[in-house]
Amino acid sequence: MTHLDTELIKLKHQLFEMWSLVISQVETSREALMNFDKGAASEIAFKEKMVDTYELKIDRECENIIALYNPVASDLRLTLAILKINTDLERIGDFARGIARFVKKCPKESINPELLKVCQFDDLIKNAIEMLNDAKSSLEHENTRMAVSIFSHDDFLDDVHHNSNKIIANYIKKHPDEIDEALNLHSIIRKVERIGDHCSNIAEEIVFYIEAKVLKHSGKIKTV
Amino acid sequence: MAKIETLDANLFYGDFHALKNISMQMEENTVTALIGPSGCGKSTYLRLFNRMNDLIDSTRITGQILVDGEDIYRKNINVDELRIKVGMVFQKPNPFPKSIFENVAYGLRVNGEKNKSYIEDKVVQSLKQSALWNEVSDKLTKSAFELSGGQQQRLCIARALAISPSVILMDEPASALDPLSTAKIEELIHELKKEYTIVIVTHNMQQASRVSDYTAFFYLGELVEYGQTVEIFTKPKLKHTENYITGRFG
Ligand SMILES: Nc1ncnc2c1ncn2[C@@H]1O[C@H](COP(=O)(O)OP(=O)(O)O)[C@@H](O)[C@H]1O
Ligand SMILES: [Mg+2]
Repeated sequence: MTHLDTELIKLKHQLFEMWSLVISQVETSREALMNFDKGAASEIAFKEKMVDTYELKIDRECENIIALYNPVASDLRLTLAILKINTDLERIGDFARGIARFVKKCPKESINPELLKVCQFDDLIKNAIEMLNDAKSSLEHENTRMAVSIFSHDDFLDDVHHNSNKIIANYIKKHPDEIDEALNLHSIIRKVERIGDHCSNIAEEIVFYIEAKVLKHSGKIKTV
Repeated sequence: MAKIETLDANLFYGDFHALKNISMQMEENTVTALIGPSGCGKSTYLRLFNRMNDLIDSTRITGQILVDGEDIYRKNINVDELRIKVGMVFQKPNPFPKSIFENVAYGLRVNGEKNKSYIEDKVVQSLKQSALWNEVSDKLTKSAFELSGGQQQRLCIARALAISPSVILMDEPASALDPLSTAKIEELIHELKKEYTIVIVTHNMQQASRVSDYTAFFYLGELVEYGQTVEIFTKPKLKHTENYITGRFG
């Protein structure tokens, strides 16, 4: 094992720690919203600072590794992939934070469960969490097929988001007194859909690292 | 206390002022790289620590040079003992025309060691430490000249280690070697710093960044910038250093 190997193992380890933290942030944001749990929402705000600290640390480590060890080929691709995944994870953390902020600020005690149901909100966010978990294991096991399977999840998230426009518009017509929370839920659905986009980016970065293939901007046909 | 320290060190070759007021401290169990364009005084500075410059006529040294807090230029210092404590590896591998075993045993014998089993143990240990043992364990009696250049250099490192130094000076130890042998020497340096304090001169900037904890940039006999390697290679304080490490020099 070379010295660079040791450094890359340490770097990956930090990334996985951050990743677990971000997964738990999104899970907690789901609970916060489904149960309207303001305590859970505060917890997310607190842990967000830890996510930010990881982001800065991993950025700096990547810079140092490039400057000191001049990685090439797969070592370079891994370093660059980690640098980008780091940014994606931090953004995902921000979305969890956004959901928490809504729960904390909302004057109501709950969101109408009927509204959550028609929007398929729980399915949506559970899928996003699964994508995030799958992406993590696909890097842990260097399994590109698993990474590619993430793209089909993302299609589901896009559909739910797309359909929610009409559903929410109709809901508002029927329940004009709930217009505020319906609009807020719409923006939350948009956030969860964005989490899916970032997971797809991460999957592309994993394929780039392992297969040296660029899937970015390659449309819907993504294979390895 | 620093392992090695210089205070306002100056060196003159006759009238030529080769080192100018160099003050630097090097901690134990670290690797310090000396970088800078050729002729800037790296080798001269390195040779201060085992008093090798003394072998050159008309050199004059001022200031203080301390190893383990001791002024190594004071009167009555035992230079042979100093050179046991401070070992050196040169640019070109320079094995003696002897067997592999005798090359490593050489320093022990010269220093009067007679105990056969001690010598054997020490030779084996040094060859293991220099990551050469697996390649030579079955041909210890063969001539050192039968080894490849990279192996010869590791043999010279084993020879330096055999007399139990605590400091190892390396003057461009890999510049005559192929990339694979170079990588082996670099890995070896990472291992050795656990037990030794290493000062290495290299004209290869990437090598300095890969192997060292601290980097000192010399220019025209002056110490321009000295700091943690990671700082020097990501955000050097001086433009001069930046220009040198990015290859935009002069
Ligand atoms: N034995 C010597 N006599 C006179 N000048 C020397 C001697 N050795 C080195 N020099 C000069 O001292 C300066 C520093 O040399 P050196 O320490 O070998 O530089 P570096 O190792 O950085 O290439 C150079 O200008 C060189 O010409
Ligand atoms: Mg030199």
